[in-house]
Amino acid sequence: MDNIIQDVQKQFMKEDVPAFKTGDIVRVEYLIREGKVERVQPFIGQVIQFKGHGVGKTFTVRRIVQGEGVERTFPLHSPLVVNVKVERNPINRPRRAKLFFLRDRTGRSAQL
Amino acid sequence: MTQNKFLLARKKGMTQFFREDGSVVPVTVLEAGPCTVTGLREPERDGYSAVQVGFIPARDKHVNKPQLVAAEKAGVKAHRVLREFRVPELNGYEVGQELNSSVFEVGDIVDVVGTSKGRGFAGTIKAHNFARGNETHGCMNVRRPGSIGQCAYPGRVFKGQRMGKHLGAARRTVKNLVIESVDAEKGLLLVRGGIPGPPNGLIQVAAAKTPKPRRK
Repeated sequence: MDNIIQDVQKQFMKEDVPAFKTGDIVRVEYLIREGKVERVQPFIGQVIQFKGHGVGKTFTVRRIVQGEGVERTFPLHSPLVVNVKVERNPINRPRRAKLFFLRDRTGRSAQL
Repeated sequence: MTQNKFLLARKKGMTQFFREDGSVVPVTVLEAGPCTVTGLREPERDGYSAVQVGFIPARDKHVNKPQLVAAEKAGVKAHRVLREFRVPELNGYEVGQELNSSVFEVGDIVDVVGTSKGRGFAGTIKAHNFARGNETHGCMNVRRPGSIGQCAYPGRVFKGQRMGKHLGAARRTVKNLVIESVDAEKGLLLVRGGIPGPPNGLIQVAAAKTPKPRRK
């Protein structure tokens, strides 16, 4: 990609992007505005992919809610993503960047 | 027809940024200017008033003789690209004057002219959004246009029948785009939305002729 585009993107990107990798169990703090009230809604789950680059980079977090898999994709540089805290690292760091195989697994085999 | 803010630019590509409320704004990055005023068209002499600007200074061997001599007479450098922009009045413009991206302000509504990407000779599906035939069940009519008329009466194809044609590589104007950011130092403009043409394509940016308020 063009250097000019990259320079332009830099000014829109967060300077201190929280450090986390695929496989980490993270707590995403997402800002929600209800009327005039602002509150932070956490979403806890496992990071299964990073996608894109620059300002448009996103990551997907997967968790199991009432036995059903739920995935949410967040824009990494969005002002609404206030913070991403790493709750736990995987015991065995996966050797691939996209952890889609976790979708087919349940229970113990879905743990890394 | 008449406009006071104008500039030549090169399209650099697209990106996006977030507003405070988290909404995403898609923008095209333009490397705009610097442009030099290389000539003025005066109503008394030329019958209309316009400003001729040059973009991208060129070495002598890249410019043809008439343009070179014209630039010499005007006392300016020769440029690769020359364009005229109509203005209501000429006062304020002088030959040799430099224009850069700071002529625009954030929030300005502009019309953008570019040359769209060439698609070569395109069939009816790409050119006119025709439907495609079945690929299976023995069909031979997959990307063909189908019938183009009737029979002995009228015995001809009506004018305007949509057919395959050379598509793209044509001058296209996009009206009422909003300038989202101006970087005078680097000569950059960020314009909301897409702009016709490939990266590095020549773009004309000018204040909108019929500005329309945009929904947020």
